[in-house]
Amino acid sequence: MELFDKLVYYLSYPLVQYALVVGVLIALCSSLLGVTLVLKRLSFIGDGLSHVAFGAMAFAVVLNFSNQMLLILPVTVLVAILLLCTGKNTKIKGDAAIAMLSVGALALGYLVLNIFPEMVKSGNVAGDVCSTLFGSASLLTLSSKDVWLCIGLSVFVIGVFVFFYHKLFAITFDEDFAAATGVKVQAYNILLATVIAVVIVLAMKLVGSLLISALIIFPTMSAMRVFKSFKNVIVCSACISVVCALTGMLVSILFSTPVGATVVAADMVAFGIFALIGALKG
Amino acid sequence: MAQLTCENVILGYEKTAVTGCINLSLNKGDYLCIIGDNGSGKSTLMKGILGLRKPMEGKITFGDDLKQNEIGYMPQQTIVQKDFPASVEEIVISGCLSRSGLRPFFTKQDKMLADEMLAKMEILDLKKRSYRELSGGQQQRVLLARALCATQKMLLLDEPVAGLDPETTEEFYELVKRLNREEQVTILMVSHDLHAVSKYASHVLNLVKDPVFFVTKEEYLKLNQKGEEVSDGTV
Repeated sequence: MELFDKLVYYLSYPLVQYALVVGVLIALCSSLLGVTLVLKRLSFIGDGLSHVAFGAMAFAVVLNFSNQMLLILPVTVLVAILLLCTGKNTKIKGDAAIAMLSVGALALGYLVLNIFPEMVKSGNVAGDVCSTLFGSASLLTLSSKDVWLCIGLSVFVIGVFVFFYHKLFAITFDEDFAAATGVKVQAYNILLATVIAVVIVLAMKLVGSLLISALIIFPTMSAMRVFKSFKNVIVCSACISVVCALTGMLVSILFSTPVGATVVAADMVAFGIFALIGALKG
Repeated sequence: MAQLTCENVILGYEKTAVTGCINLSLNKGDYLCIIGDNGSGKSTLMKGILGLRKPMEGKITFGDDLKQNEIGYMPQQTIVQKDFPASVEEIVISGCLSRSGLRPFFTKQDKMLADEMLAKMEILDLKKRSYRELSGGQQQRVLLARALCATQKMLLLDEPVAGLDPETTEEFYELVKRLNREEQVTILMVSHDLHAVSKYASHVLNLVKDPVFFVTKEEYLKLNQKGEEVSDGTV
């Protein structure tokens, strides 16, 4: 009962409520996109883009931008479009391109932060880097403006997903066929890239850039163990993701564990359960 | 008027020509087999006809009430599709997308059309099954049903029987033949299978370079016979 009281006590704080709302929305959005990304063999794009976002953030800090989003978001969107839309005939193939960008951006970001340590407001380069990479308590310092921004963007992502659901299915399953029947594949790829970039920049707040891949991959993989149609996989992965995010955040509040890592651990447990169910079902 | 005409068409990637100079003209109800070695540009030609790749030279034109996006395409299977979680129903109805424009859902007509095509492919009972659990032959039928949802005028089949056993292959050919004969669907098929050419095709396009030639089946068989006689002579 003590735990329960503690929980109720914490939940009465608006900051904790904000964090829960934002966390659930981000988990929902990333699991929706995850299905498409995993099936398009782009699981690592989340990882790559989040490192690009980290690099952009480092430059925003050093260049003393008052609103870092103004640099982070456009850069990430641009890189996402480049990665998703160059197609199969480029000189550097998809996975290699993602890996190069990801490592390059991470290194460059860390480098500039260390070259200009005086620009880091907290004066603690290592601490700042660590919290961007692994997510941080910053989830508990959200202003109501952040929350509304996040709600707005999530509504946008979910809206895009519902409205273009059948087109997204077609370009995920078979891009060539979709293009042949007159679906504007390139335009949808750009839309998808933009949405992915937006979600990743949002998700960095929750789990940090290293763990974003987990939010994208785990719910989808769990759902795919058990369900066999596209629609069911999406619905199930969204549910898994929301439940895991909530559980993870509550546990991290109660036992003061790191938020990002706890959410990912919850996702891993869910994967284990679903893999087991899948195996039992045959 | 011809449904599809290629005049002096050359296709390629980044300024390197892949195909020779292609001239062909197909009417409604024709059955064209495209033959050629690996790398002779069979799939590239398919993409050219579908408008996914601009020809480097020459002109591809459509007539007889056929528009470019009214071609049903059955691509080779990709690795991605092998373990894709989708039901047969979801895949087949995605062929109707060309007609739905910006509308975010499928209409009743779309659903009826999908059912009709499933029945025509004799796989209506698989409707709720998962695509990845089907056999190779069943998967090909699903993809053919999807192509038929997109159009019933012209079908492009890219090596449709690759990886199928002889019996399933024969069944599949018979299915395509029925579409061709009974419903006057124009067929363009990439195939390595010379047996299929002699049995089903009405025209043959040979993409092996220099010279690329487009002939009727009878002419092709005659040419082939001559070739065999010549080679027999040298032995």
